[in-house]
Amino acid sequence: MEKSTVFNNRLLPYLLLLPQLVITVVFFYWPASQAVWQSFLREDAFGLVSEFVGLENYQALFAQPEYYKSMLTTAIFSTLVAALSLSIALLFATQADKSLKAAPAYKTLMIWPYAVAPAVAGVLWFFMFQPSLGMLARPLRGMGIDWNPLLNANHALLLVVMAAVWKQISYNFLFFLAGLQSIPKSVIEAGAIDGARPMRRFWTIVFPLLSPTTFFLLVVNIVYVFFDTFGIIDAVTGGGPAGATTTMVYKVYADGRLGGDLGGSAAQSVVLMVIVIALTAIQFRYVERKVQY
Amino acid sequence: MALRQFGAAAAVTVALALTTPAHAATEIQWWHAMTGGNNDVVNRLAEEFNASQSDYKVVPSYKGTYADTMNAGIAAFRAGNAPHIMQVFEVGTATMMSATGAIKPVYQLMKDAGEPFDPKAYLPTITGYYSTSKGEMLSFPFNSSSMVMWINKDELKKAGITETPKTWPDVFAAAKKLKAAGHDTCGFSNAWVSWAHIEQFSAWHNVPIGTKANGLDGFDTVLKFNSPLHVKHLQNLVDLQKDKTYSYGGRDSKNEARFGSGECAIFLTSSGYYGTAKGTAKFDFTSVPMPYYPDVAGAPQNSIIGGASLWVMGGKKPEEYKGVAKFFTFLSDTNRQAKLHQESGYLPITKAAYEKSIKDGFYEKNPTLQTPLKELTNKEPTENSRGLRFGNMVQMRDLWAEEIEAALDGKKTPQEALDAAVARGNAMLRTFEKTAK
Repeated sequence: MEKSTVFNNRLLPYLLLLPQLVITVVFFYWPASQAVWQSFLREDAFGLVSEFVGLENYQALFAQPEYYKSMLTTAIFSTLVAALSLSIALLFATQADKSLKAAPAYKTLMIWPYAVAPAVAGVLWFFMFQPSLGMLARPLRGMGIDWNPLLNANHALLLVVMAAVWKQISYNFLFFLAGLQSIPKSVIEAGAIDGARPMRRFWTIVFPLLSPTTFFLLVVNIVYVFFDTFGIIDAVTGGGPAGATTTMVYKVYADGRLGGDLGGSAAQSVVLMVIVIALTAIQFRYVERKVQY
Repeated sequence: MALRQFGAAAAVTVALALTTPAHAATEIQWWHAMTGGNNDVVNRLAEEFNASQSDYKVVPSYKGTYADTMNAGIAAFRAGNAPHIMQVFEVGTATMMSATGAIKPVYQLMKDAGEPFDPKAYLPTITGYYSTSKGEMLSFPFNSSSMVMWINKDELKKAGITETPKTWPDVFAAAKKLKAAGHDTCGFSNAWVSWAHIEQFSAWHNVPIGTKANGLDGFDTVLKFNSPLHVKHLQNLVDLQKDKTYSYGGRDSKNEARFGSGECAIFLTSSGYYGTAKGTAKFDFTSVPMPYYPDVAGAPQNSIIGGASLWVMGGKKPEEYKGVAKFFTFLSDTNRQAKLHQESGYLPITKAAYEKSIKDGFYEKNPTLQTPLKELTNKEPTENSRGLRFGNMVQMRDLWAEEIEAALDGKKTPQEALDAAVARGNAMLRTFEKTAK
């Protein structure tokens, strides 16, 4: 059922599109093309010397074993964060969707963490799990676990995953809840009359009807873990120990801002951009087929 | 209603804009990274200077952490509106000095402005860090510190340690005793791992971190800190880490709190920790010089400084530079320096201010504040202990810390870890060398 509108004025449709186009060009295409151009240059931090070096930055990048390590870290980190934050948020949303007395308060509390800045969230988690002073690290140590995110790579990764998940649950919760509330009650009631138990109703009726929301959140969450988590990583672990929590986007930040290597950093952002575009394309091509609008 | 409010606000703004130019003082922007008590010091210095004359007005602005301030300054320079004075931490020195054209060297600034300026009046271990190999001062030292060993005297006494540890073997023995006496999570620790166990450790033992006088004599420097002595030291730390006799304390200063809480009774960190220690530690504490290995000939040598200096940015008007020069003369005044040092705990930057503090009897009451000065002036600095200047040093420190962490976690042997730190660091230095011509 295609909708089409006929414009009498030939310029009007373009004029109406203009604001959106301007925003896309100014805030996406222009910086992105700058990054691509910069990735072919070698510059000092002050921009005093600038030299065209072709693909040298990319060659140097792919010669670093640390870069492949950061790719692997990113894969593990993003899978864990996306899977955990989506499933936990879905669980919370289904609970909040029930008619509870305290539902409004519960919902408000769930949404709060989203208002916390990533760096603040990072510091919060850092102190809760600081090996010797942290209020949650002490009981862990009391249980005989040698909790030490400063040196133990798995502990550090676990810590940033927890912080990143905690930060993202609110957002996912909000969308899942809205999605759940828009599912007609009559469909679920019909299922109940047919004798389907709550679990079966959820997986055969609710979950498929929720798939547009889930798909949207999957895409958004992948983008979140790839780009938006570096504040948390910076505050919690600074990419350590021994590079165990250096994801690709954190490496872009570290090399560019701390290292002053703008060309190398730009090359990394281009690679990252290509990966995320590819991932999103795959999602739309293959996952979206399963979505029932 | 809203419109009327807007109208009123606009009128006020216009009125303000019209009255401001009446004040003819030349403004000098000073970007810094000082927080808390140190921020007050900065503001007070600016106020005092502004009150002392009417031609110039120093305007300090806080720009975040050291790294943030430097990045803000660099970004502002690229956009064509850099501040006049920018506070840059010691590890940013190589980046700043390689930026010919972006900066105005201090010795030249003072000469152009005709201000009296004798580089010999300043403490050489401090200015050496910020000078060319010819002794030309490039930036103006502001807040300097060094690394010292903080001691919880009460806990040492409880553990039956009668003599303050002087050497590394002393420290290891004391840490074992502390552990036996109930400090089961931490015998000794340190903040700033790269600064402590690579940079200061090398200078203190008179062994090179890199060739070319640790990079001071040229950007074609090559790292050297995978020597047998360095490996031996890291091996000791790795062995002691296994049972928490040594407890790793991270790359930055976040874990200094473990000293203040009493958990770690021996702790190596900056002498600048004094203010925090005074405010938080509920026990008798002191600072002593860093430990050394007694079997290393010539150790201890002298320590190197940390902290920050003031860089003057390029491309400003001569009139403005004159004001900056006057401000630096103001800062160098002996009485002011001595007062600044005694109040804030920063090191004095002139010899006269140090001598005055000795004469005032200040250190008899505050021996803690003399420890870093004793370390810095322990011996005439050598090629290995004048300072260090490596490009990309901010990130390089993280890289070195990564490899030390890998060794402490048992992923690499100390030799492998230090070899990797040197190799990766050298690759970074070569990249820097290409851009820093």
